[in-house]
Amino acid sequence: MPRPGVENRQPPEARVAPADGPSATGSDAGWIAAVLKGDPASFEPLVAKYQPRVFATARRYARREHEVEDIVQEVFLKAYQKLGSYRAEAPFEHWLMRLAVRTCYDFLRTHQRNREFSFADLSDEESGWLDRFASEPAEVGESAAAAREIVQKVLEHLSPAARLVLTLLEIEDRSVKEIATLTGWSPTLVKVRAFRARAEMRRCLERMLRDKKL
Amino acid sequence: MDLVELQKRLMTAARTNPPSDAVPYAFEKRIIARLPDRRFLDAWGLWSQTLWRAVAPCLAIMLMLGVWASLHRGDWAQEEGLAADLENAVYAPLDDLGNVW
Repeated sequence: MPRPGVENRQPPEARVAPADGPSATGSDAGWIAAVLKGDPASFEPLVAKYQPRVFATARRYARREHEVEDIVQEVFLKAYQKLGSYRAEAPFEHWLMRLAVRTCYDFLRTHQRNREFSFADLSDEESGWLDRFASEPAEVGESAAAAREIVQKVLEHLSPAARLVLTLLEIEDRSVKEIATLTGWSPTLVKVRAFRARAEMRRCLERMLRDKKL
Repeated sequence: MDLVELQKRLMTAARTNPPSDAVPYAFEKRIIARLPDRRFLDAWGLWSQTLWRAVAPCLAIMLMLGVWASLHRGDWAQEEGLAADLENAVYAPLDDLGNVW
């Protein structure tokens, strides 16, 4: 039994695939093995390699840059802490993105808004886009910045689960199976939540349009 | 207004402009600087540390109980006498059984 005062800084060993394994790139496996042997500096190339992808993911769920940085930092700190549980059965990027999505979901749950979305939340450009859509739907551009802003504002007022599933399913165009893997939900639960999320978004839009007419 | 169509158009718009993957300068250095604050959780190590820390208080309690027991040894002798009296009183009817029969 180790004596007190001698803190064990070394993480538990993990089974890491060899450098030429099918699922982990040689460099990833090497860095992971070095970190697990007690070299924290080897975590830096992993961070540098995957941080753009994690930042892009975090920016889907947070608008303020300091919140995005907090989320990304949390993702990598959790990854470092849980690196011993990485089994190298799938690429490290997939494992990291699962962690990122779940961290973003935790962020949404912590920062959930209780205020309902109303027409007053829209700018003049966004309101104008809706007017043009109402009168001539075929003429309205789909890539308009106003439309993207409307979506962003509506998503911010949905429940965390609804926002997550709509972002993954409709915006990132992922399959139900992929979403189930990323979130840890069963495929059936993903489908149920997607159905409810679409209904919730429609209700939100309906309330907003009702306010506009008043 | 057709809400389903509106929803579809809005989602299509959201897909056209993916978020930026720009990274703040030296962000990885910031992460590495925070790493030593997080230890790997070693459950057995924590358990052994807790047991070692409990040794001193347990020894102190043991010594105190020993001192208390040695100071009150006279009281126990008196209590043993009481216990014997109680036993005699309880079994007294059984001693008389032979006389009854």
